[in-house]
Amino acid sequence: MHDDDRSGAVPFKEAPLRKDGTEKVRGTARYIADVRYPGMLYGATLRTRLPGGTVVSIDFDENIAWDEYVVVTAKDIPGVNAVKMIEQDQPVLVEAQYRHAGEPVMLVAHRDPQALGTALAAIRIEERACDEGPVFTIEEALRPMTRQIVAGNVYRDYCMEKGSVARALGEPCHVFEGEYQTGAQEHLYIEPQGMIARVEEGVLTVEGSLQCPYYVHAALVSMTGLSADQVRVLQCATGGAFGGKEEYPSHIACHAALLSLKAGGRPVALIYQRAEDMAVTPKRHPSRTRVRLGADGNGRLRFIDIDFVIDGGAYLTLSPVVLSRGMIHAAGPYRCDHVRVRGRAVATSHPPFGAFRGFGAPQSIFALETAMDGLARTLGMPPEVLRARNVLVPGDLSPAGQGIEGPLDMHRVMEEALEASQYHAKVARCRQWNAQGQASRRGMGIATFYHGAGFTGNGELALRSRAGLRVSAGGLVEILTSTTEMGQGMQTTLSEIVAEALQIPYEGVCVARPDTRDVPNSGPTVASRTCMVVGRILAQAAYKLIARLRAGAALPSAYDYDEFCAACARLHASGDVATVMADYQHPVDSQWDESTFQGSPYRSFAWACYVAEVEVDTTTGEARVLDFTAVQEVGRVVHPTVAAGQIEGGVVQGIGYALFEEVHFGTDGQMANNRVTNYIIPTSADVPPIRVLFQESRAGAGPGGAAGIGELPMDGPAPAIINAINAALGTEIRHVPAMPEHILAAMDRGHL
Amino acid sequence: MSWHAPRNLDEALALLAERPGLVPFAGGTDLMVGRQTPACGRQYLSLARLTVLRGVRETASGVAIGALTTMTEIGCHPYVCRDLPALAASARATGAIAIQNRATLAGNIMNGSPAADNPPALLAYGAEVVLMSAAGSRRVPYEDFHGGYKQTVCRPGEILTEILVPVPPPGARHYFRKVGARRAQAISKVSLAALLVGRPGSWECVRFGFASVAPIPILARTLAVAITGSDRGLPDDAELAIALSRDIMPRDDIRSTADYRRRVAMNLVREALAPWTRQGGSNASA
Repeated sequence: MHDDDRSGAVPFKEAPLRKDGTEKVRGTARYIADVRYPGMLYGATLRTRLPGGTVVSIDFDENIAWDEYVVVTAKDIPGVNAVKMIEQDQPVLVEAQYRHAGEPVMLVAHRDPQALGTALAAIRIEERACDEGPVFTIEEALRPMTRQIVAGNVYRDYCMEKGSVARALGEPCHVFEGEYQTGAQEHLYIEPQGMIARVEEGVLTVEGSLQCPYYVHAALVSMTGLSADQVRVLQCATGGAFGGKEEYPSHIACHAALLSLKAGGRPVALIYQRAEDMAVTPKRHPSRTRVRLGADGNGRLRFIDIDFVIDGGAYLTLSPVVLSRGMIHAAGPYRCDHVRVRGRAVATSHPPFGAFRGFGAPQSIFALETAMDGLARTLGMPPEVLRARNVLVPGDLSPAGQGIEGPLDMHRVMEEALEASQYHAKVARCRQWNAQGQASRRGMGIATFYHGAGFTGNGELALRSRAGLRVSAGGLVEILTSTTEMGQGMQTTLSEIVAEALQIPYEGVCVARPDTRDVPNSGPTVASRTCMVVGRILAQAAYKLIARLRAGAALPSAYDYDEFCAACARLHASGDVATVMADYQHPVDSQWDESTFQGSPYRSFAWACYVAEVEVDTTTGEARVLDFTAVQEVGRVVHPTVAAGQIEGGVVQGIGYALFEEVHFGTDGQMANNRVTNYIIPTSADVPPIRVLFQESRAGAGPGGAAGIGELPMDGPAPAIINAINAALGTEIRHVPAMPEHILAAMDRGHL
Repeated sequence: MSWHAPRNLDEALALLAERPGLVPFAGGTDLMVGRQTPACGRQYLSLARLTVLRGVRETASGVAIGALTTMTEIGCHPYVCRDLPALAASARATGAIAIQNRATLAGNIMNGSPAADNPPALLAYGAEVVLMSAAGSRRVPYEDFHGGYKQTVCRPGEILTEILVPVPPPGARHYFRKVGARRAQAISKVSLAALLVGRPGSWECVRFGFASVAPIPILARTLAVAITGSDRGLPDDAELAIALSRDIMPRDDIRSTADYRRRVAMNLVREALAPWTRQGGSNASA
């Protein structure tokens, strides 16, 4: 449905084949489960069953020949018994007290997977429950006189304030209030998590499915007490991640490493089955958002007052930064003088929630954008008109106080979205359809939003990312970065950026395997930062390489690829260093105050307007997205197919978030529907035509003006779809996922 | 585990007489999902070579479907599509396309799931199943086949060999609708197949087969009596709902709620009866 290369419209030089495409299409890519070593052992994890308590004892059945097995408990941890993250609160293995069901207590390995299964059934972990009952919801966590997982069950309580909401409340205006909820979401990456650890030439070597090699490296160094050069981490082909392999691979790596160290360095594979993966690994934070919006009679926003709470689960993990990103996006891309966003991350007895594409923003944007439709109804104003009156334009200050600069034109983004979706004509057609009394109702929904690329605030400064290039004597340029390919197309995008900067063909560039012994720390592969941040560093490295080839290897000022290769050969012959490194440069004018949440939270944003056309079957309450339009201003599109793929995939994941993906928690607080048969994600049969349209202002901070786009498409579909359902039915649905069960009930309330 | 692959039906029945604990393995699409690793101790009887049990034929009174006929074959078979469109539709709504290429009609029945996709149509059409053992064969009306949750009247030593479906008269309404969590590859929350022949006051046939609203696939007999017993047109919605509530026992589970199932079951009944309640109702399975 959209203009991409599938119709042959984009020439090959603008959309070359994916670097990782052939091996994946041919099935030769090696995922962690494909890796074998002679004498390899298979490991498994024994876990707590109660939602918080104390491990009293561990009993071993005497009929098992335990000397054949490698058995690891917390006592075997040589270094710190904590998974290195923001805080060191989460144990690698439970010693006695623990906070949730599914916490790892013990590890067992054996060369025969069947014998391993027998042994697991022969170990009994006796547990004693906490005196006070578990807390499973935000409401329960914040109730007084409840189990205190941490003090007050609040990990963080932040406030972002601009102007004075209190003063604005004293002035007459139209007010809309609502409470919004979003559920957990499971990543359901194609490949479950797994790691293999071994000791090779005295170096603890861990490889597996992961997003952030240096996170895993740091966790292993901390847990083993080894020096940095005694630990090596490599990435295997990774079948999707979506944030789910940002933090948890550190846990599995620590576990596999403990087993291998105890087994004298023998290779140990610890590869999760799907059910275990879904039950214990982090998911998207559930949220509750109270929104109060005030506007004058013309629809100009007078104040935005938001109370945003996310469920962090039983340990802190990444919740503070998920919270801050959610808060910064909570007030949307709107001009408003008085903004207050309170944000809290609370502790509950669920396994910790964690990173997931969008990282807090999909939750708060859902609340605001659904509330904007509520305000539009209060004002009797079409929702697109209310948004057009308030979107940020150059010269405005964002809710965080960041100056908006041209040539961004959010009005042009909105206009293209309304036009491409035939919005006005379809609103009229839906109205006609709904008047005919058919067995379905139709509606159009809209969402306008932006998403900041890169780490929040001063995060990129703290990361001090580095990336480099290594050139062979034959002229092949290898990208050295810890940024990982996980299906998003990073190898292709970064190769294009480097080829462009070096003015050599795309085929002359490749990406080295992420291996902490070989590549520098370019920061984690998260936060829509790869193209913008790492791409920019690599472009700098390319300019350095050209300078070196000119200075030391007589590269002419104008050159073709043959001359480039000849210069590379001369560089090698001269014995000069064939590797260049470049470092992240923080803009000098960028300020961020973490105490007030004021300043420049992100260097670049991608801006978008999404439109959903939805049909609801009144017999069953089933909602179906008929058509979806995604228009975004992304600075610059580096690779049209990769970029469109990111948007399409994100929209589909957003449709799942809106309509299908419901995590059920059992009485132990773990995911109960932890199977692909009962955790429902959309299939191609549920996906509408998706029109993906890009606008390119060339104003992003990345190469050629690119911004980040990886997370953006996760933000818009849920509010656009729910707004469309509410428009179709005259309902006030305020949560996702909106299952047919909820929609039928909402129709009752709406007396349809 | 052990694996037996007899070359023909006699050999299979002889083996089964000898070892009634053998688990018949047809397409394997349920058995492989349910299999715990390792499948220690289980003994399987592969039916793969019993080609005689595969295919669709016309009989004097209807259509006979071999036990091992796949969903793909049923979904596009000309006799089934012409005479039993609700069954063709349910076969096409079973699993994914790859599953349909392996999954068999007998397997879908014998797995005994209350949420199975094809039993509602077999109930609506008044199908019979043929059970064979080394000692002989017998015919059982499908509506009496499931004794309880995951149970069947199939005895040790017996296998299901054929499904016999009478052909409905011309002019019948064949209705099928599966309500799942998504448009394909989902286990049903509720599904209904209905065969309706005649009109209020002079019904020839009123049969509603449901899945996922009781521990077994069920024929809604009270509902049928309420409709056929009314001599003044169709009963109103409240009467239909009361009758239906006597037939079904929906419950809350991980896929849906009892309330939703009850309500949607009623909505589907209304949709099936639409041609008689107002003009323009469509034949959903056609």
